[in-house]
Amino acid sequence: MRYIPNTDADCRRMLDAIGVKSVENLFADIPAAVRLKRPLRIPPALSEADLVKHLRALAARNADADRYSSFLGAGCYNHFSPAIIGHLISRGEFLTAYTPYQPEISQGTLQAMYEYQTLICQLTGMEVSNASMYEGASATAEGILMAHRVTGRDEVVVLRSVHPEYRQVTRTYAQQINLTFHEVGFTPAGTADLKAIKAALTDRAACLVVQNPNFFGVVEDLAELGEAAHAVGALLVVAVPEPVSLGLLKPPGECGADIVTGEGQALGVPMSFGGPYLGFFATQEKFIRQMPGRLVGATEDREGRTGYVLTLATREQHIRREKATSNICTSEALIALIATIYMETLGKNGLREVALQNLRKAAYAKERLAKVRGCGLRFSGPTFNEFVVQVKRKPGDVLKGLLRKQIIGGLDLGQFYPELKDSLLVCVTEQNSRQEIDALAKTMGGGR
Amino acid sequence: MSGQTVGTRGLVFNEPLIFEQGSPGRVGYSLPASDVPEKKAERLIPKKLLRDDIPGFPEVSEVDVVRHFTRMSQWNYGIDLGFYPLGSCTMKYNPRLNEDMARLPGFARAHPYQPEAVSQGALQLLWELEQYLAEICGMDRVSLQPSAGAHGELTGIMLIRAYHTSKGNPRKKILIPDSAHGTNPASSAVCGYQVIPVKSGSRGVVEPQAVAEVMDDEVAGIMLTNPNTLGIFEDHIVEIAKIVHGKGGQVYCDGANLNAFVGIARPGDMGIDVIQLNVHKTFSTPHGGGGPGAGPVAMKRHLAPFSPVPTVEKKGNQFALNYGLPKSIGKVRSFYGSFGVLLRAYTYIRTLGPTGLRRAAEVAVINANYILTQLKGAYHLPYDRYCKHECVFDDALQIPDNVKTLDIAKRLMDYGFHPPTIYFPLIVHGALMIEPTETESKETLDQFIAAMQAIAKEAKENGDLVRNAPHNPRVSRMDETRAARQPNLRWKPKPSGS
Repeated sequence: MRYIPNTDADCRRMLDAIGVKSVENLFADIPAAVRLKRPLRIPPALSEADLVKHLRALAARNADADRYSSFLGAGCYNHFSPAIIGHLISRGEFLTAYTPYQPEISQGTLQAMYEYQTLICQLTGMEVSNASMYEGASATAEGILMAHRVTGRDEVVVLRSVHPEYRQVTRTYAQQINLTFHEVGFTPAGTADLKAIKAALTDRAACLVVQNPNFFGVVEDLAELGEAAHAVGALLVVAVPEPVSLGLLKPPGECGADIVTGEGQALGVPMSFGGPYLGFFATQEKFIRQMPGRLVGATEDREGRTGYVLTLATREQHIRREKATSNICTSEALIALIATIYMETLGKNGLREVALQNLRKAAYAKERLAKVRGCGLRFSGPTFNEFVVQVKRKPGDVLKGLLRKQIIGGLDLGQFYPELKDSLLVCVTEQNSRQEIDALAKTMGGGR
Repeated sequence: MSGQTVGTRGLVFNEPLIFEQGSPGRVGYSLPASDVPEKKAERLIPKKLLRDDIPGFPEVSEVDVVRHFTRMSQWNYGIDLGFYPLGSCTMKYNPRLNEDMARLPGFARAHPYQPEAVSQGALQLLWELEQYLAEICGMDRVSLQPSAGAHGELTGIMLIRAYHTSKGNPRKKILIPDSAHGTNPASSAVCGYQVIPVKSGSRGVVEPQAVAEVMDDEVAGIMLTNPNTLGIFEDHIVEIAKIVHGKGGQVYCDGANLNAFVGIARPGDMGIDVIQLNVHKTFSTPHGGGGPGAGPVAMKRHLAPFSPVPTVEKKGNQFALNYGLPKSIGKVRSFYGSFGVLLRAYTYIRTLGPTGLRRAAEVAVINANYILTQLKGAYHLPYDRYCKHECVFDDALQIPDNVKTLDIAKRLMDYGFHPPTIYFPLIVHGALMIEPTETESKETLDQFIAAMQAIAKEAKENGDLVRNAPHNPRVSRMDETRAARQPNLRWKPKPSGS
C-alpha cells in the first residue's frame, strides 16, 4: 500500500519493541462481541491508473460549464478564476497544514488570514471579519444567533427574497433554541416591501435579515432597511451570496448593516457541485466578543518582529466549551486562501471591471429576453447579474428545450416560490459571451 | 544539535502585507474585451446604491502575487514537509491523486442546480460514498451534508432532538465525559441542551456506574468519543449504551477518532445510534490550514426520517435527489455538502479498499504504541496502558526542572517536527497528545523519539535552551496576551502625513 510505509517486517520489529505478540493484542480491549469478523463490504482496492479511469468516466456523466453554456446562479456563480490560484493553493505548506495553533511555524497561513480579514472588511465596509465560516447559509444562521445574543430578543424577521436555502438553514438552526420566524414578502418590483417590514418589526425583533442583491438579482436600498431595523432596536443582517457585486455596489457597512454574512464562492472558488465553499462573516468592532469563528490578530514576537496569531479564543469552543459563541472548529481556511488570492490578483480595478461586465452582460441579456415572444421580465427593480424571466410555456419544458442545445437555462423558481411557478431565474456572468446570450434568446423564442 | 536532526535553517524571505505593495494602475488579471454595449453603471442601477472605489484594495501584478504567497508558504509547516503528530487531528499524508480528481472539469465545473439528468456521475459518487460509509460504521443511512466534524456533531444532536420531539419531549440534557472535545458541549449548547459532565474513571474510561447515576428521562443522550481523547477505547461502550437506551436516551459517538478501528469494529454494532465522521482526518482529505473538511453523519434507521434534505436515492440505474422527508430537520448548509471534499474521501476509500483500510487502522495503532513504549521513562505516562491511535504524556518529569509542556512543544520545532497537541485533553495536566498515523515510517518515528529524548535531557541540563525555544523558525514566541488585549484584526492605512 503506497500510503503506508511500514512493511510487515517493520511492524514485526515495532511489535517486538512494544512487547506484544501480535497487533491483535493491541485491540484486545474492544469487546469480542462487537468485533467485525469479516472484511468490510466495500469494493476492492483499485490501482491509481484504474481509479483515474473510473473517476473520469463518472465526471464525464456530469454537465460542466466548459461544455455547456450555463445561465445558472442562485448562490453559485460561474466566474473566471486565474490560473495562479490552483498552483499557489497546491503548495503543500498551505494544503497540508493544520489550523495554525503553533504560530511560529504557521505564519504563512496566519498572514494570509489577516489579509483575508482585511479584504473582507474593505469589500463589505465593515470593521472586523472572522477568518472563515463553512458557507453562506450557515454563516447567515450564525449571524442570526449572534443578533439573538447581542439583543437578547427571540424574534427574527426574514425577507422571502433571501435565498430559500439560506432561509431553510437559518430556520433549522433557530428552531433549536425556539426563535420565532416572521417572513415578509416582496413588492411587484421584486424589492423589499418596506411597509410590510415595518409592520413585522417590533421591539421583540433581534434582527432583520435581507439579501443583497436579493435572490431575484434585484439590488435593494439597504439604508432604508437599516433605519427600519434600528428604529425598533433590531440589528440589520445583510447576506451577500454574490460578493462580486461589491465591486460596484455600495458596501453594506455604509448602509447601516450590523452583521454582513455571505458566500465567498464567487471569489474564484470552483462551483464543485455545491462545495466546499466559503462563508464570510463581518461585523462592527463593538461586537467582537460576540462573534463566532476564528480570528487572526497582529502582534510581535520576543524580538519585536511583527507576526500573527489566532486570538480572542476565549469566545471559542475549545476554551469556553458550552458557553462558546459557536461550536465551529475546522472551517474553510484553504477556500479563504482562494478568495484572498482572487481578490489580490484582481485588485481594485479588476473586481470593478468583472462586476461591470456582469452588470452589462446581464443587462444585455435582459433586453434580449424581454423581446422574445412568450417571455417577459417578472420584476422591474434594478438588477446586478441575475434577473427573473416570466415564460408562457412551462419553465421545466423551456429548460429541457435549452438543455438539448447544451444550454443550462437557469433555475425554475416554482420549486421555491409557488407564486413564481411561471418564472426562471437567469444569471449572466463575464463567462457568458454575447454569442451564448443570443443563442439563449433565440432558443427560448423557439428558434432552431 | 547533531547533524542527524531533520530541522535546520534555510534561506527564507521577509514579505510585507500585500497592502504595503504595488502601485496605482498595476494589474494582475486579464479579462476579455466587452462584447456588449458598455453602458455606464448608473444608467442601470441608481447612483446612490453604487460605490466609486474599494479603498485599500491592492493593485499588484501576477508576479507580485505568486511571489507573495510562495514566500509566505515557506513560513508554514505541513505534512508534506515532515512529521505532524498533532493528537486528535490525524495528520496523515494527503494523496495528490485525490486533488487531481477533484479538479476534473466534470466535478469542479458542475453547478449544484444543474438538472439531475446531467449530474448522474456526481450523484452516483455521493450515493456510493454513502453506502461505503454506512458499511464502515455499521449504520443504515448517512447524511453527507455537514461541512466539518463540529457541523456533523451539531447535525447529529439536531437529529436526536428531532427524534425526542417526535415522541413528545425534546428533553433537556446531554451527558458528556470530561475528556470530550470542546466542540461536544458547544454543539449541544447550540441545540439548547444543558451539558451534564461525566467524570472518567481511574482507567481513563467512562464507567457505567457514573452514567447510570446521572441518566434519567430528561437526558436526551450521551456524547462519547471512542476511542476517547486519551487514545483509549471505551470498553464499557455496550453497557453504557444499554443504560442510556434503558431510559429512552440516544448514544452519540464523536467519530473524530474512527481511524483507530476502521475495519476492526463498527460503531453501529456497539449500540451507537449516530456518529459523525471527519473525512479530513480518517479519510485523508487535506486540512488546508483549517478546512475545508466534511463531517458526514451516519445514523441508525430510526433517526433517518429526520435526516437533512436532500438525500440521494437510486431508482433503477438513475440517481435522484430526494427532498420528500416531511420530518426532516431541514438543512444545515446550502446544496448537498462539501462535494469536492467528499470526492477526495471517495477516492481514498477506493484506493485502499477493505484490506487497506483495516491495515491503515492497525499500523496507526502500532505506530502510536511504539511511541508510547519508547518514550515511557523519558516522559510521564498518566494512563500506563496500551493505546489506540494516539498516546498522551505529560510534563510531570520536566516540571521539577521548570520546563513545561509548551517549552517541549516549541523545542520540537527546532528538531524539525510539528509539536503534538498540547494541554488537551483537559483531564491530564500539561498533556502532550501524540498521534503518529499510519503514513509514517519507523525511521521517522525513531527520529521523533530521539528528538523527544534529547529534549528531556536538555530540560535537565540546559533548561534555558528549551524555555527560549524555538530558535530555528523565522519568528520566535508570539506575544499572545498583547494580541488579545489590543486586538489588531485588520490592516489600516497609515494616517496621511506620517
